[in-house]
Amino acid sequence: MNKRANWSIPYAIFLSIFVALPLLLIFVYAFRAPGGGFSFQNFVKFFNESEVINTFLYSIEIAAYNTALCMLLGYPAAYILSNNKLNKSAITIMLFVLPMSINALIRTLATVELFDILNVALGEGTLIFGMVYNFLPFMIYPIYNTLRKIDPSYYEAAQDLGASPFEIFTKVTFPLSVPGIQSGITMVFMPTISTFAISEFLTNNKIKLFGTIIQENINSSFWNYGSALSLIMLVIIGLTTILTGDGSSDSQKGEQSI
Amino acid sequence: MKKFLAQIYIYLLLVMLYAPLVIIVVFSFTEARALGNWTGFSTQLYESLFTGGMRNSEALSAALKNTLIIATVSALAATILGTVSAIGIHSLRGRKRKAITFFNNIPMLNPDIITGVSLFLLFVSLGISQGYTTVILAHITFCTPFVVLNVMPRLTQLNPNIYEAALDLGATPMQALRKIIIPQLRGAMLTGFILSFAMSIDDFVVTVFTKGNQGLETLSTFIYNDARKGGLTPELRPLMSIVFLTILILLIIGNIRSSKQAKNKKK
Repeated sequence: MNKRANWSIPYAIFLSIFVALPLLLIFVYAFRAPGGGFSFQNFVKFFNESEVINTFLYSIEIAAYNTALCMLLGYPAAYILSNNKLNKSAITIMLFVLPMSINALIRTLATVELFDILNVALGEGTLIFGMVYNFLPFMIYPIYNTLRKIDPSYYEAAQDLGASPFEIFTKVTFPLSVPGIQSGITMVFMPTISTFAISEFLTNNKIKLFGTIIQENINSSFWNYGSALSLIMLVIIGLTTILTGDGSSDSQKGEQSI
Repeated sequence: MKKFLAQIYIYLLLVMLYAPLVIIVVFSFTEARALGNWTGFSTQLYESLFTGGMRNSEALSAALKNTLIIATVSALAATILGTVSAIGIHSLRGRKRKAITFFNNIPMLNPDIITGVSLFLLFVSLGISQGYTTVILAHITFCTPFVVLNVMPRLTQLNPNIYEAALDLGATPMQALRKIIIPQLRGAMLTGFILSFAMSIDDFVVTVFTKGNQGLETLSTFIYNDARKGGLTPELRPLMSIVFLTILILLIIGNIRSSKQAKNKKK
């Protein structure tokens, strides 16, 4: 049976060429001057260009609003969906999950048309609303998953010991659902910063987010600078993952895509 | 009462989430050029979409053809590569298995833009001119992990005795694989194929970074370019409706299939 293990070799090679090497190249390009040679020049440029820094900080701000709003709206929804007494239909959760798989660009264009019909002027407000539209399912689904997994006998035990429904929620349900919230934050916060093209459509080109800056630089052949910006984003991803302590998101992410 | 309020909340959120999509579908069935202006039921937009009555209809049909070719080739390749490697990973143990699973997870966890930028850098530094090949390679990169994830659990459920029995009865390992293992994996492979196909059609960001500048467009990049020129062409409403429905149907089929497989596992 052990010869079978060799069957993973082609994929191991494929992964090294198309996953590991490309990520390594981001590092290499980021620390190279456009003319060649090792240099910190790209990072120095980042810290000296106030426009780019501002966009970066503004993206983080928008992402924070978006994450907070998704959590406020999404937690009750996930709670209701996971509760057998409040929701019996399995179809409702599927309805929440499905929009995740439709291209964010197309969904955004549809949202812009909706604002158009409602005569809402495009700007920061529509940007945040549009982002919530796009990312709410990504917050609901992981929270729903962790809530589903809580053993109902915990609630019964708390009840038997005299806890009020409010206490059951604050002392049992909520603490046990924290891993789901952490996954939700990683799946909403970073992708908001890295979206490209979406913020332009939602604000009629008034507001750009960090992802767009990266794309514009790569597109106009500033590969080294674009790589440095991508590397900065990778660092932020690493930081949010560590800060939210979310090491188990891979299993949930795998389910999420289905 | 509590249940009633909870239901209202859930349905309000669903209405909010689906409103934009519904509006596009509804207004694809009227003639008005401006959205939100209902001038009676008509399938005229669909007709002009299919008969080429709109501006740049040739570019659109080329984009549609490209999308389908790219999705078919990438999904097929991802299914084969993913299945073969799942069989391999299944018999791997220890550190090697951990390493390959780790790298398999990266394309699923990375934001699209990082996948896009990193593959772009790969292609320019290898001097590969960007076009069909690079887009397909990129799509295989982000589709294969999902095939692996779908096939792996099925492999753990297989009864190894049947395979051994086939060998005892004189089958070569290749024959045993073709006649015993592959037929049992077929369901999981098909699910992987459907998901990959849907993801490939759906992709925008990775495609933008890997399509090069030789004029290769897929549906999503075509829609992007069109929208950037100042609003959507009315004919794109029926097109977007068709894309929604196709993806929704593919996903519903994929979902039902995976949940059926999960149920079988419990038995």
